[in-house]
Amino acid sequence: MRIAPVLGRLAWRYLWRNHRRTIIMLSAISIGAWAMMFMTALTRGMVDQMISDGISVIPGHVQIHHPGYLDDPSIANRLPYTDAELARRFDGAGFVAWASRVRVPAVITSERESRGVTLLGIDPAAERAFSFVDYDAVDGRFLESVDDSGIVIGAKLAGTLETEVGKRVVLMTQDPENEIADRGFRVVGLFHANIESYEDSFVFVGKRTAQDLLHIGDTTTEAVFVGDDYRNVEPVYDIVSAAVDDTVRVSRWTEIDTYLGTMLKTMDGFMLIWVVVIFLALSFGLVNTLVMAVFERVREIGLMLALGMKPAMILGQILIESMLLLGIGLLIGDVLAYATVKPLESGIDISIVAQGMEMFGASSMLYPALYLKDVILANVVVLILGFFASLSPAWRASRYEPVEAITKVG
Amino acid sequence: MNITLRLAWRNLWRQPRRTWLTTGAMVFSNVLLVFMISLQFGMYGLMIDNTLQVFTGHLQVQAPGYKDDQKMRQVVPDVRPLAERLREEFDSDRIAARGWAFGLASSAERSYGIGIYGVEPEFEPKVSNIPGLIEEGRYLDEPSAYDIVIGSVLARNLRVSVGDEITILGSGVDGSFAAAVLNVAGIFRSGVKEIDRNIAEIPLATFQEIFFMNGAGHQVVIMAPSLGAVPELQARVEAAISGDGDLVVQDWDALQPGLKQMIQADMSSAFFMYGILVILVAFSVLNTQLMSVLERTHEFGVVMALGMKPGRLGRLVMLETAMMGMLGLVLGAIAGAALTIWLGIRGYTIPGMEEMAAQFNLPGRIYPQATVLSTLIGPTVVFLFCLLASVYPAWRLRRLHPVEAMRTH
Repeated sequence: MRIAPVLGRLAWRYLWRNHRRTIIMLSAISIGAWAMMFMTALTRGMVDQMISDGISVIPGHVQIHHPGYLDDPSIANRLPYTDAELARRFDGAGFVAWASRVRVPAVITSERESRGVTLLGIDPAAERAFSFVDYDAVDGRFLESVDDSGIVIGAKLAGTLETEVGKRVVLMTQDPENEIADRGFRVVGLFHANIESYEDSFVFVGKRTAQDLLHIGDTTTEAVFVGDDYRNVEPVYDIVSAAVDDTVRVSRWTEIDTYLGTMLKTMDGFMLIWVVVIFLALSFGLVNTLVMAVFERVREIGLMLALGMKPAMILGQILIESMLLLGIGLLIGDVLAYATVKPLESGIDISIVAQGMEMFGASSMLYPALYLKDVILANVVVLILGFFASLSPAWRASRYEPVEAITKVG
Repeated sequence: MNITLRLAWRNLWRQPRRTWLTTGAMVFSNVLLVFMISLQFGMYGLMIDNTLQVFTGHLQVQAPGYKDDQKMRQVVPDVRPLAERLREEFDSDRIAARGWAFGLASSAERSYGIGIYGVEPEFEPKVSNIPGLIEEGRYLDEPSAYDIVIGSVLARNLRVSVGDEITILGSGVDGSFAAAVLNVAGIFRSGVKEIDRNIAEIPLATFQEIFFMNGAGHQVVIMAPSLGAVPELQARVEAAISGDGDLVVQDWDALQPGLKQMIQADMSSAFFMYGILVILVAFSVLNTQLMSVLERTHEFGVVMALGMKPGRLGRLVMLETAMMGMLGLVLGAIAGAALTIWLGIRGYTIPGMEEMAAQFNLPGRIYPQATVLSTLIGPTVVFLFCLLASVYPAWRLRRLHPVEAMRTH
């Protein structure tokens, strides 16, 4: 057992015998490792941002609807529970936040133009924590209560409608009896959103006001629930499912926004492919280096074998050499990745391609996110694959015939 | 054969394993580059075509400011005669006039706000793929019938089918109340939910009547023979309409600014990855060539003592690299093109791609196309970087001193 430190020291010295080769190989490994993690951090950051923007609009991690609502978002397909019943079921159930809301398609008309929008009747106090609208950044004011008589629309929509804070607009939608329900609202605030198209498509009114307009008593079309972590919504899903019967449909956010859900799922796969591709590109160089290292000391290996060193030890020593090379390279790559990602964490402005990013569903600021688990994944994958790639040259080295090897002319 | 050439070739195969490993690195990244670049170019082309073929077209004649605000009163006056004149002037029937209005569509049971296009039934199929996507019923045919074609999701939500009536409410160009009852002639399915839920088409003459357009519309859509022909065509259209008052010609990039930017964003991240791959291969070559130079120090000392110039030795090393690089280029390009062509026939899909593809108007299965450019561009860059990597080993030879060199082993 005491042989291990000796082998380690031998491997270390051999590594620096040809320092140029080692340094070139180390540079290649470091650059590869850095690229693995840097790229991963950028992509992670983008997807995280997309999802947090996306979830804040859906919003919530888990939602309940009438079973027909998602396909036919009409007021006729509203929840079978009243607000009082919902509160009885879910208050104190341990969510970070939850709220019920009225969400129906509507037409908004100014004296100049009309547009189709999604009307959100909300309880502003309950949604403050997870709304995609920053209440404090609203021009004018945000809604103050469930029976606020004003309307808050997006800044972009206001431009199209040629309206502004203080002016009146008419909102037209349909009540459960299929009668046109309309009413005038005073615009009290204009909101801004990370994704410009949200400013076009959503308008906010008080929940009670919306319920009155639609003649639906105190019922709503959806309830949304927010837990601790959007990546793991199962606890929330389980609590919600247990509290309702099958007259409503419980959905995770990944089922409502399948594009985002797929993005999140394919992310891990993409990263693994990227890490493996980089590794493969590196592996040729790695194997080559080891082959060279073995080749130029065939005689020494022969001598060691002749002196009684076991083939397994030769094998072990070459493997240690390879692992040392990879380990140091990875370490430098890790440090490089940390050093480059850290200063960028406050965000990279990519607004020159803002509209393009919006097609991806991403906003124009990119916040790279280096996750520990991604760093570990990259390091572990490289070490494990590196181990297997080194097996062949190490095996060959340990199989030399001592006499042949010693007499080999270098 | 030239003696240097022969020397280089033989030197390369003194260590066949090393040469193959280095060439292997090149072939690996070349195959990847050829495949990825072919796939990318193919996807960008599809993305542009599929997006533009829905409604945008290559060029549009509009009122100034219309593209940003889409206001009802930003009109193109006498839009049908204008389109007719352009069709004659450019001898093309891929030019069509349109109007666009927002309205509330109501059936007996439901109402939804939708965008309503007024189109020329004979020419719309030449500029848009929506008419070809009719799933039930027929596309519009009579120029002034009170017919409407709607998306499949809208039809389901409104609970109407072909032959039913829909009421349209909206406001006319002068702000007055506009209403009409229309007959559902057909239902289309594009597969893009947003379009299938939000869009309806009616004949342009009917549109002008309902919304009091007084002969006006909002856009003349023009398809060019190819993307490359757009700038030239734009200039010609601009000249042709210069006498028609305050109108502008917008190209597809101005109409869909996200499209090009998305491609740029995607390209820059892809080029980062390709760049890393190329650099790693270059390092591999650098290492190999440096080794091969170092282990031949003794030998180089001998030939230099015999009168060989260091410059010639340097060229020898570069030549060795070039040969190895050429081998990698040829093998990589062939293997990459073969893979691409094979997948081009079979099609290519990965789990989850359908959801992603729908976001970008792409089909769920991609057929990459290998072109000469997409096949050669990656391997050529790899080749150049490999040559660059061998500059240092070759340059080292200049400092070699024959006597010292002969002493090393």
